[in-house]
Amino acid sequence: MTAAQRAAVLEACARLKELPGALLPIFHAVQQALGFVPKDAVPVIAHELNQSIADVHGVLTFYHYFRRERPGRHVVHLCRAEACQALGARALEAHVKSSLGIDFHGTTADGAISLEPVYCLGNCALGPSMMIDEHLKGRVTGERFDALIAPLRKSLK
Amino acid sequence: MTAVKIYVPCDAAALSVGADETAAAIAAEANRRGLQVHLVRNGSRGMLWLEPLVEVEAAGTRMAYGPVHAADVVALFDAGFLAGKPHALRLGATAEIPYFKRQERLTFARVGLTDPRSLSDYLAHEGFRGLSAALAMTPADIVASVTGSGLRGRGGAAFPAGIKWKTVLATAGSQKYVVCNADEGDSGTFSDRMLMEGDPFVLIEGMTIAGLATGASQGYIYLRWEYPEAKSALEAAIAAAYADHYLGANIRGSAHRFDLEVRMGAGAYICGEETSLLESLEGKRGQVRFKPPLPAVQGLFGKPTVINNVITFASVPIILDRGAGYYQHFGMGRSRGTLPMQLAGNIKYGGLVEIAFGMTLRELMYEFGGGSLSGRPIRAVQVGGPLGAYLPESQFDTPLDYEAFAAIKGMLGHGGIVVFDDSVDMAAQARYAMEFCAIESCGKCTPCRIGSTRGVEVIDRLVAGENAAQQETILRDLCETLTYGSLCALGGLTPYPVISALDHFHGDFVKPVVTQAPA
Repeated sequence: MTAAQRAAVLEACARLKELPGALLPIFHAVQQALGFVPKDAVPVIAHELNQSIADVHGVLTFYHYFRRERPGRHVVHLCRAEACQALGARALEAHVKSSLGIDFHGTTADGAISLEPVYCLGNCALGPSMMIDEHLKGRVTGERFDALIAPLRKSLK
Repeated sequence: MTAVKIYVPCDAAALSVGADETAAAIAAEANRRGLQVHLVRNGSRGMLWLEPLVEVEAAGTRMAYGPVHAADVVALFDAGFLAGKPHALRLGATAEIPYFKRQERLTFARVGLTDPRSLSDYLAHEGFRGLSAALAMTPADIVASVTGSGLRGRGGAAFPAGIKWKTVLATAGSQKYVVCNADEGDSGTFSDRMLMEGDPFVLIEGMTIAGLATGASQGYIYLRWEYPEAKSALEAAIAAAYADHYLGANIRGSAHRFDLEVRMGAGAYICGEETSLLESLEGKRGQVRFKPPLPAVQGLFGKPTVINNVITFASVPIILDRGAGYYQHFGMGRSRGTLPMQLAGNIKYGGLVEIAFGMTLRELMYEFGGGSLSGRPIRAVQVGGPLGAYLPESQFDTPLDYEAFAAIKGMLGHGGIVVFDDSVDMAAQARYAMEFCAIESCGKCTPCRIGSTRGVEVIDRLVAGENAAQQETILRDLCETLTYGSLCALGGLTPYPVISALDHFHGDFVKPVVTQAPA
């Protein structure tokens, strides 16, 4: 963990540790700041909250949303749930994986896109759906997926 | 000339098909033409196949156009849509569209109508009248009113809300809590999201009333991370409510205090189960608790806690405002009031339909939903989320009523209806149900943790035709173990989609036997 990352973790702890049930808010704050929760953040958070490292690790690893590895510049969450399946999500999933050349939880070699599964985005009347960072996209076809992703892979932002 | 009011939804579903781009195009085109427009970002009317649904206020009527994409905007201006004039996308007055007009909107009365960020708009549309009534009542009278309305928990379990509240009221505690379960994880459901994005004040009002009724001074909304638009709508509404003393100390000049905070989930379906949600709020792994003690007695941080779903709380203000009898008058049997149904999956006219209990599933799917989107026959419908049964055509005439669904070994749950056409492979759906349970199991009890993984394997062997009859026996036996041996509904109900698929669509599990032609 770099000094800047450590500072971000300590800042999140200082700001939030007095909240009742502070651990999830702290993880969210760290992930928001750094894009993930680094392995070395666990003992720091445990120390700040006066909890055991095992407890903090246990909570962190329980939740699918928290990442322990640095993600690509953009995170795509692709819905795998039933309402999207009814509109071809299985075929879309195959297209997405082959088009990006990665499986779920992977990151493209250029570091642009990380792919995660998600179980319902609440857009079930306009599926198949996905989320690019925090932007929900509905009626996603293979073609629309490629069009949405292409600019993200070119730009370095 | 005064600015023309134009409504473009800020609902996440509308955004997912380009509402922001449409709004920007309207603003730019009005600017280019030197016309004054007042853009309001409302919630969605719930006719989601028409999103982005743009409304123009012309001669006192809200005229609907949809779906309006950015590329359509110039032509709409040319056609005179600011005066409500005809265009191929014009749908007529929004309130007269049959899909909308036929609904009975109690809980969703304001969603799509108002600006969800505007407290004054909320007040102008009967907002906080339920709270005003509650402030003049005793806690016991508020609870009696909720009980008398017949309101049952809308999250899925359908437990009478008034009974839960009464238990919390009767339990002594220095600190009590009101917790809103906004972890809407069921596939096919989006009513909580639409409500929080389209009318967040009504949830704040309902939770505040719950606080008054039970003596709780702190509320939490446990919201799934997948709903960032709902988060910002709720946080804006909470800030506005604090500023005008609808939250905080001395609510509206009374002696009551109620504080409210949004907490984010982190992608765990199990946290929609109330006890694991409480664990998660406490900063722990979202593992299910043994019951008893009930959360009403020992809930969040061990204190008496009212925990209800978004729609349950949001239905309370109208009950307090219009009276228990008004709400109770809607519905059938023991299912009173209205349920916001959500038409999803392979459906032509998908969206939110709030109606009184009692309409049949078939009427809802065909008269509102217009049949499948693909135009192919509807083969199976999953009602009530990923733990709901798959229903075949022969059960489509079941009325939307908690007991009627229980009688066919199904459940109405949170009101989600996922439609599949005849291209669906029901063995794959059954396998997915087991796979989903394996991914989302909290791991506390063995039938759910291990049984789900074994279930995937058994279905794979069954479909592959390896001793099929024996595999089916094992699968049914395994499902029985899950049903009776699991701690909570995740393991307990995963057999619903599996067994219903097996019972009603048995052919999908049996590979045709290929016999070798004699040489």
